[in-house]
Amino acid sequence: MTVTRVLPAAVVGLILMFLALPIVVVMVVSFSSATYLTFPPPAFGLRWYSAYFASDDWLRSTRLSLWVAASVVVLATLLGTLAALGIARLPKALRVLASALILSPLIVPVIVVAIGIYYAFARYGLVGTPAGLILAHTCLAVPFVVTSVNASLAGIDPRLEQAALSLGATPTGTFFQITLPLIRPGVLVGALFAFITSFDELVVALFISGSGAVTLPRRMWDDLLYQIEPTIAAVSTLTIVLTVVLMGCAHLLGK
Amino acid sequence: MPLLLAAPLLLFMLVFYALPVLSMLMRSVNDPNWTLSHYASLTGDTVFLKVFSNTLYTSLTVTAGALLLGYPVALALVRAPRYAPVILILILLPFWTSVLVRSYAWMVLLGRHGLINEALLAAGMGQPLRILNTPLATQIAMVHILLPYMVLPIANALRQIDPSLARAASGLGATPWATFRQITLPLSMPGVAAGVLLVFVLALGFYITPAMVGGTREITLSMLIAQQVDQLNWAYAATLSVVLLATALAIIAAFYRLPGVGHTLRTSAR
Repeated sequence: MTVTRVLPAAVVGLILMFLALPIVVVMVVSFSSATYLTFPPPAFGLRWYSAYFASDDWLRSTRLSLWVAASVVVLATLLGTLAALGIARLPKALRVLASALILSPLIVPVIVVAIGIYYAFARYGLVGTPAGLILAHTCLAVPFVVTSVNASLAGIDPRLEQAALSLGATPTGTFFQITLPLIRPGVLVGALFAFITSFDELVVALFISGSGAVTLPRRMWDDLLYQIEPTIAAVSTLTIVLTVVLMGCAHLLGK
Repeated sequence: MPLLLAAPLLLFMLVFYALPVLSMLMRSVNDPNWTLSHYASLTGDTVFLKVFSNTLYTSLTVTAGALLLGYPVALALVRAPRYAPVILILILLPFWTSVLVRSYAWMVLLGRHGLINEALLAAGMGQPLRILNTPLATQIAMVHILLPYMVLPIANALRQIDPSLARAASGLGATPWATFRQITLPLSMPGVAAGVLLVFVLALGFYITPAMVGGTREITLSMLIAQQVDQLNWAYAATLSVVLLATALAIIAAFYRLPGVGHTLRTSAR
């Protein structure tokens, strides 16, 4: 081992520590027994988790976020999968135009999307309602479903569908027996991404959740304005575990 | 038939996303009647000019920081297959954690009684450093949040380099450093460009992180837009939104003309 080999390894190790450190610190702080935020914690305990589970406000927001995210999964997966199937067969000019509309939420800065939606939803009477959040989050989640389903569609050998059709299967039968099983991993990955997109979404919620539909990220944000008390660390740790498990599933499915 | 399948989503996105955003943006030219005065007045608007240049400066420094930290990690990811799974997990775990939670984590780390200050005090520093609520805090947290967007495209480009090229170079007597500088680095440039594009454009629109850790003195364009909406200054908010969007699109268009960038972005999606 010489300096030329040890030095790069040490540099990369430090950068990886920089990546992991904040997450680790939040998780450690969440088990603190202190009444205020300090690191390292004087002793460990579950008081901030009990505070979370004893708070109606936190639990109400958690339930709302889960409910909104689940609805977004259904809506985005259904609309997105159908659209991906259709777009793949459109003539090129139309395909480019449709893809541009569907994928644009990935490029347009989220603050612009958020205030645009707020501007219109205020007139539709959708501000402060779960329905408004579901509709807005679906628009943000759909690009992930469409790209993910598209990727699995591109991997299908077209001869499989042709073979089924030439053997007398109806187009509907071909879809359910050949195409759908082949794109299932893509659909599932898209659904997981849709869930997390909605569950973690804050900027749109800041504008349209009002006081009637306060999601979990929105409640964390509101609390942070007053104090950075460790309940938020406990909530953060719980959401980190949830999203990491779901993303891990998506990662393995997508392989 | 294909159009019928796509129609529900296209209609949905038109009604709940595209038309809302477009009608809001239109306020920049039709408030109170057709006019370009909102854009014309930007050139003499010192608040806008200061915020806009601060936003560009923040995005630039964050992109430079992410490139500096991201390239070695991408290289390690591709060159050290034994450690690749560990490195990948350490990159992906924070990547999968929400921006809000990661910004909160930096509040915990950088605060007056945060980990960094406690460590510095324990090491004999006289008084705590003021990092939280400064532009430096924004830059540190944004580099952390955007680093994976730099690492993944660069690693993807490095992976596509034919390993026999480096072997040939060292066989011909090149030192490892010369091989890196003359073979690996130039061939990884499409990945670097793709990473720089992603990080810069995402950084331009950042709202949550600067609002949480950056303080109120040096704000970004996104924060100014949010403020204007709170004051119901829709025409001004819409004008700023168009500027932000146009800047992002111009940068994307410029980078897509570079060779290999589009290909690297498409193949790094996974």
